[in-house]
Formats: sequence, C-alpha cells, structure tokens
Amino acid sequence: MTSAGLARAAAFLAVGIAFPFVFPAAWLVNIGVLTLMYAALATSWNLFSGYTGYVTLGQVAFFGLGAYTEAIVFEHVAIGSGYNPFYVLPLIGTGVALASLPVAWIALRTRAMTFAIVTLTLLFIVQQLAFNLHSVTHGSSGLMLPTPTTFGVDTYDQPFYFAMLGILCVALLLCFGILRSKLGLMLLAVREDEEKARGLGIRVTGAKLTAWWLHVFVTAMVGAVWAYYLTFIYPESSVDPLVMIGAVLMTFLGGRGTLWGPVIGALVLVPAQQYMLIHLGGGEGYLIGYAAVFVVVLLLMPRGILPSLRDVVLRTRERRRTRRMEARPA
Amino acid sequence: MTATPLLEVEGLTKRFGGVTAVAGCSFGVPEGSVTALVGPNGSGKTTAFNLITGYARADSGTVRFAGATVRRPDPVRLSRSGLTRTFQQARIFPDLTLVENMVAAVQLPWTATFTRRVRRAERERALQLLDEFGIARLAEERAGNLSYGQKKLLEFAAVLMGEPKLVLLDEPTAGVNPVLVEQIEERIRGLNARGLAFLVVEHNMNLVMRLCDPVVVLAQGTKLAEGHPDEVRNDARVLDAYLGG
Amino acid sequence: MHNVVQAVILGVLIGGVYALMASGLTLVFGIMRVINVAQGALVILAAYLSYALFSHLHVDPFLSVLVVTPVMFVLGVLVQLVFVRSLRGRDSEELSLLVTWALALGIEGVLSLVFKTTYRATLPSYADKTWTVLGYQVEFVRLMAFILSGVLLVLLSLLLTRTKFGRAVRATVQNPTAATLLGVDANRVQTLSFGLGVSMAAAAGAVYGVIYPFNPGSHYDLISRLLSIVVLGGLGSLGGAVIAALVMGVTEAVVAVEWKPTWASFTYFVVLIAFLIVRPQGIFGVKERAL
Repeated sequence: MTSAGLARAAAFLAVGIAFPFVFPAAWLVNIGVLTLMYAALATSWNLFSGYTGYVTLGQVAFFGLGAYTEAIVFEHVAIGSGYNPFYVLPLIGTGVALASLPVAWIALRTRAMTFAIVTLTLLFIVQQLAFNLHSVTHGSSGLMLPTPTTFGVDTYDQPFYFAMLGILCVALLLCFGILRSKLGLMLLAVREDEEKARGLGIRVTGAKLTAWWLHVFVTAMVGAVWAYYLTFIYPESSVDPLVMIGAVLMTFLGGRGTLWGPVIGALVLVPAQQYMLIHLGGGEGYLIGYAAVFVVVLLLMPRGILPSLRDVVLRTRERRRTRRMEARPA
Repeated sequence: MTATPLLEVEGLTKRFGGVTAVAGCSFGVPEGSVTALVGPNGSGKTTAFNLITGYARADSGTVRFAGATVRRPDPVRLSRSGLTRTFQQARIFPDLTLVENMVAAVQLPWTATFTRRVRRAERERALQLLDEFGIARLAEERAGNLSYGQKKLLEFAAVLMGEPKLVLLDEPTAGVNPVLVEQIEERIRGLNARGLAFLVVEHNMNLVMRLCDPVVVLAQGTKLAEGHPDEVRNDARVLDAYLGG
Repeated sequence: MHNVVQAVILGVLIGGVYALMASGLTLVFGIMRVINVAQGALVILAAYLSYALFSHLHVDPFLSVLVVTPVMFVLGVLVQLVFVRSLRGRDSEELSLLVTWALALGIEGVLSLVFKTTYRATLPSYADKTWTVLGYQVEFVRLMAFILSGVLLVLLSLLLTRTKFGRAVRATVQNPTAATLLGVDANRVQTLSFGLGVSMAAAAGAVYGVIYPFNPGSHYDLISRLLSIVVLGGLGSLGGAVIAALVMGVTEAVVAVEWKPTWASFTYFVVLIAFLIVRPQGIFGVKERAL
C-alpha cells in the first residue's frame, strides 16, 4: 500500500466519521446515508462487474432480498435495544450470497451479453416473488419493521449512517484485497481472455463465483440496513431498477475497475439525484432528468472520471518531459 | 515401440454441419519426443488440437494422456494435469505486464487465492524464463505493446510456468521472421533435452524434418502416415496428398 | 382439458405478437451486438401514437400501423445515429445496454408527462368481438394482431433472404469485415436495420393497445418478456425468437389457467433459467467458443 493510498483512505475515513457531527441537520445526514448506500452498492458492483467484465444488471434483486430478509426476521424477533438488526447483517449477507450461488453458477456459463440479460431477468423474478409470496412478504401491501426506540430523535439517522459507512469500508477493503491478491490477477485474466485463462489452468469458474459471492454479500447487507432505515418496504421500492441503474451509472462515472471511482461517482450523483427529486418531483421530470444525465455520462465520459483524470496527468507529465528534453542544449 | 505413448488419440471424429473435419483420427505422441502434426490445409490439424485440449467437443473417439483416459477434455483440468497448448494467433493478456502474464500461468491450489498477486519467487522464476526467451528487458511492459513475434515468445514462455509434461504448439513459427524461427527451434530443443514433450503443428517442412521425430501426417481428417521424418518424406501417399489433386 | 386448449390458443395468438416485437430485438443484436432495451418503451410509444390517432382522428388501430410504422422507422434510425453509433471500443456492448436503458427511461418520462400515468386502451367498436370456433373462444382483435404479426414476419424473412439489402444484412451478421471489403456499407446496414427492428415492434405496439390496457410503466413488463424470449431463442436468431415467443406465450397462458394468473409472468423466467442450465446458448444460439 503506497503512502498516498494510505493517506487517501485515512482522509476519507476521517471525513466520513466526522461528517454527521459537523453537519448534524437531519436532512444532511439523510443525504449522507443515501450517498454511502449508493457508494457501497456501486463499489460492490464494481467488485464483480469491474473486475470480471461480466456486467450484472441484477444487483438490486439481492438488495431487495437483503431488505426482505431483514424485515421478515424482525417480524418475528424482537429488536431489543435497536442494534440487533445491525448485528445480524453478516448473517443476512452470507445467507443471501449462498442462496444466489446456484443461479450464479447457471448464469456464469453464458456469454457476457446473455449474462447481463439473465441477471436482469433475476431482478424481475425477485420482484415477482415479492409480489406473489403473500404469506411471507405481504405482497404489495408491504412489510413493516419495528422502529428503534433508543435512537433518539435528533440523532436518529446516525446509527444508520455509521452502519452504511461500515459496509462501505468492508466493500472497499474487499476490493483492495482482491486487487492485490491472486484472485485479482485471475479475474483480470478472465476479463482479458477467459478461454485463454482456462487454457493456462486458471480456475475460472471458481474465481468468478468468489467475486460474485462477495458482491452479493455486500449488496444484501446494504439492502438490510436500508429496510431498517425506512421501516417500511414494498416490492416496487425494494427491487427498483432505478436503484440498480444508479449504482451502475455511478461506477461508470467514477471509473470502472478503479478503487475509489464508484465512491466518487456516488459523491457526485447522489446529491444531484436528491436535488432533481426536490425540484423535478418524483415522477416524470425525474425520469427524464435521470435519463439525460445517464446518456451524457455514457456518451461523453465512458471511461469515467478517475481514468480520464489519470490520462490527463500522464499526458501532462509526458508533455513536460518532452519539453524538458527539447529544451536541453544539443 | 513398447513404451506407452504420453498422449494417445484414437478414433477422434468431429463434424461441423455437413463437413467432417476430423474422421477417425488416431496417433500417438511418444514420451519425451518432439512429434510433428503436419498435413495440407484442411486436414484437420487445428481441429484435432482443439478436440484434444477440450476447446471443442469430439463426436466420438478417445484421448489418453499419461496413461489415463480423458473422459471429457476440459482445458483447466488438462492444463493442471500437464497438457497445455499455444494458439495459432498468439493469445496473451494485453493489459497485464509480461511478468503478470507469466505469473497468471502459475498453477496454484485454492488456498493461495488471497496471497500476494506477484510473489517474489514467482517473479524470479518468471524473469528467468523471460530471459531464456530473450524478452526479460520488457518485463514490466504492457503485453499489448509487444510485437507479434514477441507475443509468440511470451505465450510460449507463459505456458511453461505451469510445469507441463506435454506442450501442444499450434504453428509456433507462423508469421515470424527467420531469426525468431531459429530462437524458437532452439528453445524447443533445449526444453526437450530437459524432458518436455511437444506436439507441433507446423507448415515449415525444413524445420519439421530437422526437429521432429516422429512425424504424423494428416489428410482429410485422418492419419495418412506416422513415422521417422525420412520414412514419411518418401511415402508415396504423403507426396500424393501434398502434391496431388 | 378444454381450458388448457383454450389457453394454448390464447398463448399462440399473443406469442405471435411477442414474436414480432422480439424479432426486431434479436435482429439488431445479430447485426451490431447491441441489445436495445428501449424496445419495450418504443412499443408502448407506438401504442400511444396509435391511441392518439384513434381518439382524436378516429383512425382504426390496424390502419394506423401504416402511419406508425414508418414514423417509428425514422425514429429508430435517429436513435441509432445519435445514441448507438457513437459508442465504440471494447465496452460498446455493455454501454449500448445502458444507453438504451436510459433511452427507455426517457421515453417513459416523456410519455408520463404527456399522457399521465392512467391506463389507456384503444377500443374500437370491434374490441369485444369474439368468435367461437369448434367450441373455443377466439377474440377478433387477438386473431387480427396475430395475422398481422405473421404477415410482417414473413415479409421480414423475405426481405432478408430475397433482397440485396437482406443479403447485405446477412453478410454483416456473419462477417462484418469481409462484408465491408465486398462493398457493403456496414454503417448504413446497421442504421437501417436498427430502424427496421424498431418499426417491427412499432407495428406490434400499434395493435398491442387494443389487446391490453397500458401506461408508460408498461414497458418494464414487455422488455422483461422480450429479453427472456430472445435469450431463450438464442441471441441473433430470428427463428429462435419466433419459437421462443410461442413457447413463452403458451406457457404463460397455460400457467394462468391451470395455476394462478399472478404466477404467469414468473414462468417466463423460470422456463428461461431452466433451459439455460441445459443449453446456455439458447435454442438456436451459437455457443461462444472463441478459438
């Protein structure tokens, strides 16, 4: 780990922790919660799709599964001091991730485009299940979670803020760990030329499934916290294609395959999103605005902010170097 | 010949729609040899390669490697049991460095998944191999920036990281300048002297005659002749296949 | 038993319409490896156009096809030129998926703005006409939509096999570089084919509104079905898309009758996933084994 990288991480953590104390207004912390949520989702999307090159469009299905699992568990179990729902997060994450493995194994045998569509199909399947399994999910009437009583009125959002921050840190650590490890090398080989990777003896399927598992693990936990935060979930909100698109867009904006790209994307887009919601309403204006931002980002900056910045830096260095060489006396 | 061949192919058949690319093909690669697989265009050489290494599924036939029958050839399993190949158009990982290309080919157990991406011992071994192939000075270059010939050398070097028993080389000297042809030939000889066996598809007949024994000749998807280069060179059927209509 | 056969009839009739919508989707993928996720939204747009023509000018929906199809063809061409063609590079396939999705959202937004989110339906006087054939009910409009779809699909396949343009299209599918070397203008073929794919769906959309009530959000239901269909059929295969559409249509109808309607659309996905276990490339798809 370079000292610059360590400094960046420390700065990020410091700002992250300090934020709700420096800006304690409820609406600001609320935006903070949403920003961290999307940052975690985008990072976990990047963890799988950025490194393997397989674009998954079904992420929000697991977000919804995490949300519903949390809601269903706490329909029957008391929430105690209010922190219990946070303690079970790793269990929920693990559970949903394990459940997703059979489907992932099937889906990963298809080629890249088919995979994208199949994962998108998963999204609709889970949404349908949420609607149809009335006895478990209460269908379109939605599920309610108990409201924590010990969180205090003024600092209500804080525990959720820190929960999201914690999950984001887990996601970033996982990304970082993967990048530095053999798994990262394997995944990059898969992304470059999967058939060649196979020929070299790289256990391609295992590598993909490992990345997948970690991706779903993080996503499900984010969904669970979100459900607790809202205390009321229903199928359309839990498995919302717009959430998935948002996370993907943020990753693309920040830079796929980079560590901090998705976080930067979220930092830029979530406040913009909230602004649009307030000024354009939740309906058609929002959709049009969203679509416009989306198209602009994809057409003009498909590689994202970080890689484009890096290019600019590299080019400036090159130019400076050439100028220095030219300026030297012959 | 009493020793069991390292690789044995029997009755391999593969049809693509109406075309039979490989029809009941049978031959063997003796232990420690440099065996050539030759034949006019369309004789089924590359298809046979793909069938043996699991990149295509045979309609019928058996493959035996190191004494064991390979029931469903799969590139990952075969590579890990010592059978590996290169491709006609050299395939490397363009965005990775040469060292990373090499280290990616190290065959690790599951327990090593979360270890360091490039460990010191692996890097040293990679550099050593790259040096044997004369491209060590490019070790930190992006593999995509290499020339075609250099990519071929890299691909060859990389498959050796897995410590194979048999390497299938698909036209190793195609599209490569004569100096490089010599270098590749020397590498094959050197590695063969250390006990590594090769099955080589080649069109460069001079190279084949100097380097390989035995030579297997395919025509129209089936074996025409198999034996020492001198025998094969004078075989009437072989001459007919290459020169005839 | 009677109910099942009735359901099969229903399934085949609607399957034909889905086949028409899906044909454009799979054709475009075959030519330029782009999945037009906006296809569902474009169908709904066509449905609204037809609805507007009917409500304000009393144009019969089946006749409106003559107007809506060319209009949407031009729209398709514009979409390709503005959004799709500029995507290049290694990620162009995934980017096209996302850009067309954004387009779908945009269309949904605009339609919501103009028409609000109330459900509409184009209801000409014959909307309820039903014939009884051999004891089975056949709704007039569904039959007409099916026939229209069939005719257009036949015309499409004739276009692809008998005309110069069709040959250029097939050449581009099989080998874009070789096609260009033989004088085919790949860009033009791609643009025109995209327009063609959209206009096919538009024709179906024009009559869709007579069969089902719709609102701007209906495109999700549609695109999820269409995507399942093209993957089941094999990406790029027209014949596969037609067969898959019929299979899916029948399955959905039978499940709705024999089990519960709420589970009907769920079966699309289950059938797809189950099929992919056995054959990841779909019915007529090509197994990707890059050598």
